[in-house]
Amino acid sequence: MSENPNNWPLWEVFIQSKRGLDHKHVGSLHAADADMAIENARDVYTRRQEGNSIWVVESAHIHSSRPEDADSLFDPSDDKIYRHPTFYTVPEGAKYI
Amino acid sequence: MTEIKNLEERFQARIDDEQKIEPRDWMPDEYRKTLVRQISQHAHSEVVGMLPEGNWITRAPSLKRKAILLAKVQDEAGHGLYLYSACETLGTSRERTIDDLLSGKAKYSSIFNYPTLTWADIGAVGWLVDGAAIMNQVMLCRTSYGPYARAMVRICKEESFHQRQGYEIMAVLAKGSPEQKEMAQDALNRWWWPSLMMFGPTDANSPNSAQSIKWKIKRQSNDELRQIFIDRTVQQAEAIGLSIPDPDLKWNDETKHYDWGVIDWTEFNNVVAGNGPCNKERLAARNKAHAEGAWVREAAVAYAAKKAKRKAA
Repeated sequence: MSENPNNWPLWEVFIQSKRGLDHKHVGSLHAADADMAIENARDVYTRRQEGNSIWVVESAHIHSSRPEDADSLFDPSDDKIYRHPTFYTVPEGAKYI
Repeated sequence: MTEIKNLEERFQARIDDEQKIEPRDWMPDEYRKTLVRQISQHAHSEVVGMLPEGNWITRAPSLKRKAILLAKVQDEAGHGLYLYSACETLGTSRERTIDDLLSGKAKYSSIFNYPTLTWADIGAVGWLVDGAAIMNQVMLCRTSYGPYARAMVRICKEESFHQRQGYEIMAVLAKGSPEQKEMAQDALNRWWWPSLMMFGPTDANSPNSAQSIKWKIKRQSNDELRQIFIDRTVQQAEAIGLSIPDPDLKWNDETKHYDWGVIDWTEFNNVVAGNGPCNKERLAARNKAHAEGAWVREAAVAYAAKKAKRKAA
């Protein structure tokens, strides 16, 4: 979307706050390359020890589903309540199940 | 025509249902435009807001205060970035948004067109200006546009130290020598009314507010937020022995709020129109910084290209 070749591309930033947790999307920033994106992400998104690890992905590389397709896209899971444990009747007296 | 109407109805229904709007959702053009204007103004305010405080970094009275002020100013830069990013999700380019600030086309909060004359002003800015901004920002944590709301949550977490450090500066000065106390009072006198103006025109003179509230971009009116700010701040001033420069200020036992005087809207309009004490200086400083940073932006691109080429070889 950049109008000028000297403009830095946009990167999406994901931070893992603690070992063992997911990397979570926190926002975006512009940077000339991945190294710079990581350094800038550290300065912008982890000033208060919020981070243990950083992922950056160039925004142009992210593909997403279309909001207007959401109904049909997610429809197949609407009628499969047997995928949830609460669907099943547990005989009285049975334990630890 | 009916299709647009249906889309608008579904959009409003989603908002009424307290669901967030996300970047790729359909939204009315006016909603998008209002957000681009509001978020970019907000971002510009964070960035220009660094200037009056940056003025005191080299002259902070102790290393501790200097470190705190540096951290605060760095936060403001970060807040500007969170907001520019949120603005970009609406389909505007960063470059254009920044250009609009530099050319003077875009506005930023008028409060930053006032000068910081003494160290006490840094206290007053943190306590009053950040305090007033927080009122607005806490409300915006629940704004209907997802990326804006998320940026606000992040900002509010960081912002509370800003207000406290400012209040602490004022409290220390107010307990100091008579000259120091006078300096604190003088800063309060100069910053009080401009801080109240930060909430924007009165509800009666704010024609776009109703639509913003219907879209849940805003959730409280300018006057409501201003009143809460006054009620809280008067108590804080009393606690450190400073007085609010408003002869009409009086507790109203019936409304359980303070009654207070009249804002000088001529002054407000004048500063918004570009004639405040520091409008030209602020814009010149931003343009200078942007121009002097041009070679850095170009060098970074050249360096990234060189590294990529070396990696490919």
